Amino acid sequence: MDKIKFDAWVGIFVAIGVISLLGLAMKVGNLTSNDIRETYSIIAHFENIGGLKPRAPVKGAGVVVGRVKSVVFDTKNYHAIVKIDIDKRYVFPKDTFANIYTAGLLGEQYIGLEAGGDTTNLGEGDRITQTQDAVVLEKLISQFLYSKASEEED
Amino acid sequence: MKSLINFFEKIGYSVTSRIKRLGTATRLFFLILISSGESFKRFHLIMKEIYFTGVMSLVIIIVSAFFVGMVLGLQGYYTLQKYGSSEAIGVLVALALVRELGPVVTALLFAGRAGTAITAEIGLMKTTEQLSAMEMMAVNPVGRIIAPRFWAGVISMPILASIFSMVGILGGYVVAVIVIGVDEGAFWSQMQANVDFRYDIVNGVIKSLVFGVACTIIALFEGFDAPPTAEGVSRATTRTVVTSSLVILGLDFILTSFMLGG
Repeated sequence: MDKIKFDAWVGIFVAIGVISLLGLAMKVGNLTSNDIRETYSIIAHFENIGGLKPRAPVKGAGVVVGRVKSVVFDTKNYHAIVKIDIDKRYVFPKDTFANIYTAGLLGEQYIGLEAGGDTTNLGEGDRITQTQDAVVLEKLISQFLYSKASEEED
Repeated sequence: MKSLINFFEKIGYSVTSRIKRLGTATRLFFLILISSGESFKRFHLIMKEIYFTGVMSLVIIIVSAFFVGMVLGLQGYYTLQKYGSSEAIGVLVALALVRELGPVVTALLFAGRAGTAITAEIGLMKTTEQLSAMEMMAVNPVGRIIAPRFWAGVISMPILASIFSMVGILGGYVVAVIVIGVDEGAFWSQMQANVDFRYDIVNGVIKSLVFGVACTIIALFEGFDAPPTAEGVSRATTRTVVTSSLVILGLDFILTSFMLGG
């Protein structure tokens, strides 16, 4: 009698625990998103990536289509080589533009992909040739001050 | 002069006795691991202990979780509102609970409720010479009494921590969305966008496993090593709570620095 009571309660306990863990994974976390799908990698070269980090989102038309896999510095061209994993469901043409945008005013940075008009698509290991760097706040301010100063000289 | 020497003697004694106890606790840990096969063969022992440590702690865990979640929702809202980011309340509650408060507060409550129960029970068994009686009957007391409680603690902790996080988020939801009126869609969608399964939830589960091992081994050791008197047992239960709490908080810092740094 006691044994049945113990077993029943322990079973219920473990069941509640597993349900909470699943609930946390599905509802609270982002396990159901495209992180678990198959992806293909492409590369993009940037002169300045700003604050782009690995696992930053890669968006096409604002929808998350992939993640930044890794960021390395190329000692030959002094560029940043960014490797991107894109969900296999989404294909982009070879002349896609890759720009680095900031989410919100001071938020994290992400890569936005804008499709071009090419008929052939990017495959595994291909390189995005058209890129635009991140906006660096200091350069913007110095540009502004310089143009302001030259304005007042006239 | 003599009192100065006495003072240093006392310091030396407390350090050496602490180190000796640490060594004994480690030996007990390995003894438990070796005798675990025996306790898994008699799985009903472990089941019974899971009932006493896990199921009986459910009430305190759920009630505390609900209140912690509600307080997080309330405090978070009033602070975020000043920066116009009150929609981020879901993220705040979820991350705070899943990463830190879930494992740590559950472990502290577990040490207080289940840890002291284990210490008192084993200390009493030692005092009433039940453990020695078992040894005389050629029954391994570590395999029959101590190891099942260890595995029960290790199994119960992550389950309790997940339940804590879930109920806490529910509490935060009740306060933020139902009472205060934050947008429900923003609450859940921001949370889903910002809480990562691998880096937040799985790390939380790993933490709760480590805390489970630490709390349970401390509780078992204090009970096993308690002086076989009533006063000894009661002192041992106090030591369980204090040592467990300090070790939990210390391990929390170490684990967090590994997880966030690496």
